Amino acid sequence: MIKEELVNSNWRVRKGHIIRVKRMTPCEKLFEIELESGRALDYEPGQFVQVSVFGAGEAPISLCSSPTKRGSFELCVRAAGKLTNAMHALEAGDELGIRGPFGKGFPVKVLAGNDLIFVAGGLGIAPLRSLINYVIDNRREFGKVDILLGCRNPKEMLFADDLEFWQKRVDVNFSCTVDTGGPDWEGNIGLITSIIPGITINPERTFAVVVGPPVMYKFVISELLKKKIAERHIILSLERHMKCGMGKCGHCQIDSLDNYYCCQDGPVFSYDRIKNVAKM
Amino acid sequence: MATHTRYYTLRKDDLNSFIVKLSRDHKVVAPVSKGYGNFAFAEVTSSNDIVLKYIPTILPPKKYFFPQRETILTFSTGRGENAEAILEHEDTVIFGVHTCDLNGIQCLNIVFSERPRDYNYLGRKDKITIIGLECSEYCDKDASCNLMNSNFPNGGYDLFFTDLGDAFMVHVNTQAGEDLVENANLFKPASPEQMAALYSLRDAKRALFKNEVAVDRKDIPAIFDKSENSAVWQKAGEKCVGCGNCTNVCPTCYCFDIADTMNLDLKSGRRVRSWDSCQVEPFARVAGGENFRSGQAERLRHRYYRKFRYSLGKYYRFFCTGCGRCTRACMAGIRLKETLAELVKEAL
Repeated sequence: MIKEELVNSNWRVRKGHIIRVKRMTPCEKLFEIELESGRALDYEPGQFVQVSVFGAGEAPISLCSSPTKRGSFELCVRAAGKLTNAMHALEAGDELGIRGPFGKGFPVKVLAGNDLIFVAGGLGIAPLRSLINYVIDNRREFGKVDILLGCRNPKEMLFADDLEFWQKRVDVNFSCTVDTGGPDWEGNIGLITSIIPGITINPERTFAVVVGPPVMYKFVISELLKKKIAERHIILSLERHMKCGMGKCGHCQIDSLDNYYCCQDGPVFSYDRIKNVAKM
Repeated sequence: MATHTRYYTLRKDDLNSFIVKLSRDHKVVAPVSKGYGNFAFAEVTSSNDIVLKYIPTILPPKKYFFPQRETILTFSTGRGENAEAILEHEDTVIFGVHTCDLNGIQCLNIVFSERPRDYNYLGRKDKITIIGLECSEYCDKDASCNLMNSNFPNGGYDLFFTDLGDAFMVHVNTQAGEDLVENANLFKPASPEQMAALYSLRDAKRALFKNEVAVDRKDIPAIFDKSENSAVWQKAGEKCVGCGNCTNVCPTCYCFDIADTMNLDLKSGRRVRSWDSCQVEPFARVAGGENFRSGQAERLRHRYYRKFRYSLGKYYRFFCTGCGRCTRACMAGIRLKETLAELVKEAL
């Protein structure tokens, strides 16, 4: 058996340095990472990377920063599995491996010139934040912007700094709701679907971008369709376990006659392309 | 000028000399008996252990292209960690590959050469020489190779052997095959009588092999278009135990898992790719707990769609070769031909 180095292997990882770790909730941390090469990661909002912690393995993580942020990129990571728990043990100065970016991100060129409604549920705010901050950094290119955020309770609210920043701005309408409030909570209580009817929209020129857990999609989409938003104007990002990122390992394949691989054809899809998928 | 189609013959008595010569310069693997009517591709150094009449081996020859476990990366941990992508390969001649398995290898070649490419697979493929072997009759009742159009040679080999009794007819498909023939110095050009014998063997095969399920191959994708909610999946899903035997033995199944293994020094390790199965419960589960294919019936249906429907759109071919291994290996007695026949019956 001959063993040789494979210089063109797609399994090679690039070395990344953690430059900042911020705890956001008991389960989620925000990592700011810089590639060792000093070169910026060339990515689109909505894409993901494969993160390696050698010994623990590799896992797909959504990019949550906007590519308009130069030099470094950010990942919001919930400690949920082997790799993400290993990541939570890392601190600034530690190294990790990066492959990617992978996948089709949000169609920013298609969205330009339109009104946008962002709907985020739970951890869905992480990939959506990459697009929201991209839109804010290129604010003039877009019409009216509404951000609707839902989560279980105020303690699980992610990206507090961003939420405050969005809330203060005059050029975005921000509203948020929780399933169960607390003593200090003065905002909305209820499901995210309850705040969609109150939004005024021009269906001709509105795109809705929705990211959340699978259970949320059905209900949110039905509210958006009631608002006469076209199916192809509803943009979703789907969750699957993308193990290889190369459309081969089979784990992220979506059950549909169109034979989509989430890692290559997605994770971002317009609703008309995936409306027949039983479990989005 | 080189003739485009070249046929040689090799006397059966010379097969041993051929294998012995080959095994001096290459690792040679061929079907050998494992007892109880089972066969496997294993290393040989003479023709003594080679079984020329065998039913499809337990594992298809995909194991030489895409091993059950392979190291894709070696690494050291800690600050200043380092990683190197690697390929382990070996110059190998596979002797005695049936047409169904040639078809399977062709399917995998397409998958792994599609961008982004898998250079581990492709690097290994470049080191493998393939010698096919024709089936003159059915291996057993579980095969459906006529339906899947893989009972006749259709490329995918360097040399192709057909047993004509006291000699093999040998078709040369590549220069690498021609080089093997020339170096062996045992082959003779085929005579017109031997060519006639080959053609009559093929005619006899055409009379013998009939579609094993009563359906026209080109109608299969449309049947699957209608069958997503068929009760057939529920029925078979209730029998299925989710063991993953069918995917392991399948010549075109290539789903995999990737995991890190630490070496004993706990400072270095390997990233290993291993065969996975879409039939096992955690396959489509994500870290948050959601499982996108949580029922056994959905998982079983998924596998059939990957063989008879999805691959048509992506690669313009079926990913079933009709080898029958999934039926033979099924612990629950689920039979591919029966499942297909039920779908056909329901759709018509």
